[in-house]
Amino acid sequence: MSRGAWLISRLLQIVPTFLLIGLAVFVLARLLPGNAVMAMLGDRGTDEAVERMSHALGLDQSIFVQLVGFLEGVMSGRLGDSLAFRIPVTRLIGERLPVTMMLTGMATLFALLAAVPLAFVAALNANRWPDLVIRGIFQVGLSSPIFYVGLVLLTVFAAWLRWFPVGGYGDTLWERVYHLFLPAMTLGLSFAAIVMRNLRASILGVIHAEYVDFARAKGLRARVILTRHVMRNALIATVTLVGLQIGSLLGGAVITETVFAVPGVGRLMVDSIFARDYPVIQALTLVLAVFVSLAFLVTDIVQMWLDPRVGR
Amino acid sequence: MSLLSVENLHVTFSTPRGPVHAVDGVSFGVGAGEVLGIVGESGSGKSVTLRAIPKLLHANATVSGTVRWRGEDLHAMDDARLRAVRGGQVAVVFQEPMSALNPVLPIGVQIDEVLTAHTQFDAAARRKRGIELLGLVGIASAATRLGQFPHEFSGGMRQRAMIAIALAAAPALLLADEPTTALDVTIQDQILKLLLRLVGELGMALVLVTHDLGVVAETCDRVAVMYAGRLCETGTVHDVFLRPHHAYTHALLRSMPGEGAARSMLVPIPGQPPRIDAPVPGCAFAPRCTFTEARCATTRPALVAMADGHESACYAAARLGSEIAA
Repeated sequence: MSRGAWLISRLLQIVPTFLLIGLAVFVLARLLPGNAVMAMLGDRGTDEAVERMSHALGLDQSIFVQLVGFLEGVMSGRLGDSLAFRIPVTRLIGERLPVTMMLTGMATLFALLAAVPLAFVAALNANRWPDLVIRGIFQVGLSSPIFYVGLVLLTVFAAWLRWFPVGGYGDTLWERVYHLFLPAMTLGLSFAAIVMRNLRASILGVIHAEYVDFARAKGLRARVILTRHVMRNALIATVTLVGLQIGSLLGGAVITETVFAVPGVGRLMVDSIFARDYPVIQALTLVLAVFVSLAFLVTDIVQMWLDPRVGR
Repeated sequence: MSLLSVENLHVTFSTPRGPVHAVDGVSFGVGAGEVLGIVGESGSGKSVTLRAIPKLLHANATVSGTVRWRGEDLHAMDDARLRAVRGGQVAVVFQEPMSALNPVLPIGVQIDEVLTAHTQFDAAARRKRGIELLGLVGIASAATRLGQFPHEFSGGMRQRAMIAIALAAAPALLLADEPTTALDVTIQDQILKLLLRLVGELGMALVLVTHDLGVVAETCDRVAVMYAGRLCETGTVHDVFLRPHHAYTHALLRSMPGEGAARSMLVPIPGQPPRIDAPVPGCAFAPRCTFTEARCATTRPALVAMADGHESACYAAARLGSEIAA
């Protein structure tokens, strides 16, 4: 199979993936204990009222018809209205999603900027003091819960030193970067720790590979050996890990946005769950699941680009 | 003056279970255009010796002794000078091309980087030289092959490609570490013939590490026999194979099927090679040797000249000769 064919088949996999995600979200919403109509009507839930409302919402139709209707709605971008905010769910998520994207994007950037160079320093000094210091610090970062790290950063950098705001978001790009700096640091810390440990191990696995010895035997400069021969091969395994971690990063965003009062989809999710705002929960689950599967797609493409053996 | 001279080379590996003396006082020389075979069984230190020459061993190895390249101490060179010698004048070919070639880089890039490091060629000249090199080692449709990755090559092709990479900067010496061991027999023969042809055409010297006495007999001018990290015997292939002056070489040759000896019994060497984690006081082969005398177990025999260009470290050297004649 050529790489082009591999890429096309990988892209086509997105279609069944999205259908399955839609199905899962639909089924999950119907597996929730209780009845949506009863919940909405509460004390006014006479048999007659329930029947009327069920009919109005289409809930008296067969489950298959409901599923088709739901999938049609998803494809045409109609996800219903929020029960709490009384506005279309798409508009609500459309306003909040860029905030979360920016937060996770900055967290990923910070994590990679810290993890990749430090993984090299640690691996090249394996079991000597720089390695032990780096691993020690990241071990602490990895073992600390996000809400705790967030509170510590808030106390030190926002409350004491007053370098950063305690929460919120801004209007201009620069303001937003400034507001999201501490949340992104918080969210990125455990991610950085995981990437650093994984990449350090990959580098140690690669650095004694025969092709690295062969590269030394060729009389290449240390820098060329490290970037062209060691880094590229070590990154292959780590790229997969980074992709897989995007899901946990979104989970972490929920907590981080709550601690720092960032108006993203993470906090919207928490608020919606407390308000039993089912259309929002359903739509958010859908959007985040799609986002994660797109992240996996990007991961696979990056991996194909790094490793010529993929897809042949 | 010889091209390469190795004097009293010692390599000790530090392992969690203590030091291992992999190479124990090895000395030999290689002249320009000469083919030297280093032969020995697994663990005899032959590959470690080869890798110690261009300082390829890792941090867990302690190397002492002198390695001179054209009279210059190779292990005392600064980094830039060492880089210029490595790949530029002394090239290496490893045993397993699948692991020695970088899996994520096209063969063309792996050739190109040698040329970038050691020549002033521009990109077009490097590409031209790359095609020429693949042609030289017998790889057809070289221009297409340059863009392909190691996993798209067959085993024999990969070994040819590794040889092409090693030859890129026209080195004066090629160090080959069991270059045919990972290949099947017909391909082995092709690769050996290729190496010999290149040595002849390019006037290059070759050090060939192998465990295969047949390969040595076919390809080498001189041979160095190693056992338990020590050099037993060196000499021309003709002299060593016909009149071995070391009991180990003698036993090795008797354990091998030869020509015209279809009915004769092969004589195996009893016992195991010694452990090399503790220094062996006398001759390392003494416990397995049928020619031992008292001093073999206590005093290490020195490498002494037996005949012109034929050296051996064996007290029984003189007695072996009569044994073979009888």
